[in-house]
Amino acid sequence: MTTARRGSSVQAGNPVLLGVAGLAGLLLILELVPRLGLVDEKYLPPTSTIAAALADEAGDPAFWTALSDTLVAWAIGLAIAVGAGVLAGLVIGSVPVLRALTASTIEFLRPIPSVALIPLAVLMFGTAIESTLLLVVYASFWQVLVQVLYGVADVDPVAFETARSFRFSAWARIRHVLWPTALPYVFTGVRLAASVALVLAITAELVIGSPGLGQAIAVAQSSDAVPTMYALVVVTGILGVLINLLARTGERRLLAWHQSVRGEVTV
Amino acid sequence: MLEVKGLRKVYRTGTREVEALRDLTFTVENGDLVCLVGPSGCGKTTLLRCVSGLLDPTSGDVRVDGKAVDGPPPGMAVVFQEYGRSLFPWMNVRDNVELPLKQKKVAKARRAELVEQSLDAVGLTGSESAYPWQLSGGMQQRVAIARAVAYEPQTLLMDEPFAAVDAQTRADLEDLVRQLWKRLGVTILFVTHDIDESVYLGQRVVMLSSSPTVVQDELIIDLPEARDQLTTRADPAFIALRTRVYEQIQAAKRNAGQ
Repeated sequence: MTTARRGSSVQAGNPVLLGVAGLAGLLLILELVPRLGLVDEKYLPPTSTIAAALADEAGDPAFWTALSDTLVAWAIGLAIAVGAGVLAGLVIGSVPVLRALTASTIEFLRPIPSVALIPLAVLMFGTAIESTLLLVVYASFWQVLVQVLYGVADVDPVAFETARSFRFSAWARIRHVLWPTALPYVFTGVRLAASVALVLAITAELVIGSPGLGQAIAVAQSSDAVPTMYALVVVTGILGVLINLLARTGERRLLAWHQSVRGEVTV
Repeated sequence: MLEVKGLRKVYRTGTREVEALRDLTFTVENGDLVCLVGPSGCGKTTLLRCVSGLLDPTSGDVRVDGKAVDGPPPGMAVVFQEYGRSLFPWMNVRDNVELPLKQKKVAKARRAELVEQSLDAVGLTGSESAYPWQLSGGMQQRVAIARAVAYEPQTLLMDEPFAAVDAQTRADLEDLVRQLWKRLGVTILFVTHDIDESVYLGQRVVMLSSSPTVVQDELIIDLPEARDQLTTRADPAFIALRTRVYEQIQAAKRNAGQ
């Protein structure tokens, strides 16, 4: 086993180092391709130009306002979606009649792309932050709800009967059996919802023009500030990475007991 | 006293009916250790679930100290066969044992005392902060037993608790059950498919027929109180008793085959 692992590490090397090397390589290619004239610099500015634009943005209070607008819409939307999704999931999931009643409706509503609701959002809220929130909440809610439903269905009958045999109250059964069982699923739902929420926040700002990074990207594009536009796109990418990182760290902390996190235990 | 009278359970799925238990009547006096043994698939678990109030019987009734059981009664604890699923993996050993006590509204200081005593009684002192999945199967079942013991039940139901542990661990756990039973004066109804185990543990063995289940026979185990894995199991009286039980179980299976 040890020899095998050593062998593969010789082949694979340090994954972090390789990842950084790969990224550096990409940035270098993106620097060279426009410099060598392979692509028009107007459409793809070299990495260094984008980096300079990014530095400019960092010094501009308007950028930070846009960033905070996006993050606020993302956070509020996600919080509403997670709260509502978890609550609805626990209630629907623990009442079989409700589950049966809502199954077809959920399957119908869930696949509706959130962006199809843009006209409705504009009608209702114009370019206010509520427009973004509507789209973010709609898209993220289903991610959470469906996962919580799976989670509730995964409750071990033996664990549940154990709780019943010790005369746990209905609340205690939810709190101590249902909830911990559903928690890994909740986390998956939140992680998915967090990414989707960011996508929808940027989309709403971009298309509707509600305040935020998306709107800033649209403005940069229409004013022909191509490096700035790229710089802002990079920022949204970094946000996506950070959000995913945050969700995974939280997951590992809170689910240390779960077999997906704890790994193999030799007894 | 635990009384089971005319207990019958029919499972209905759509138009299909399966009669798991036909007519079961037996009693367990307070402080007794009675083993229920029967061929596999004879509805032992169904019976135990009816006795513990987790399942409603189709007819007949279960009474604990004269009170009809219509849900998990107070003062009763169950040890399930599937210890790995019965313990909560998200809680360490201490919290697993303590949680039912919290639900029972036992005061904090007393809870700590009970957890410590019960873990000590099953030989798990020092494992309080471990998670169940970090322990071996036998140790996990000890945690489940500690949890039941800490609950201070008058009646302890055990549903094939040692079916999934290895033979050596099983012997240790059998002795642990006898020792706890004598020390705590608790009434134990122990369900098993293992004939030797039923004779070794019980004061009395109730033999069940194949499904649809009735009581095939009852046998008083008149072995000395102090039992030992080596000498008791080699005792001619033990062998005679296990033969009796074995014959009855075989007869039960033959009757079912006819």
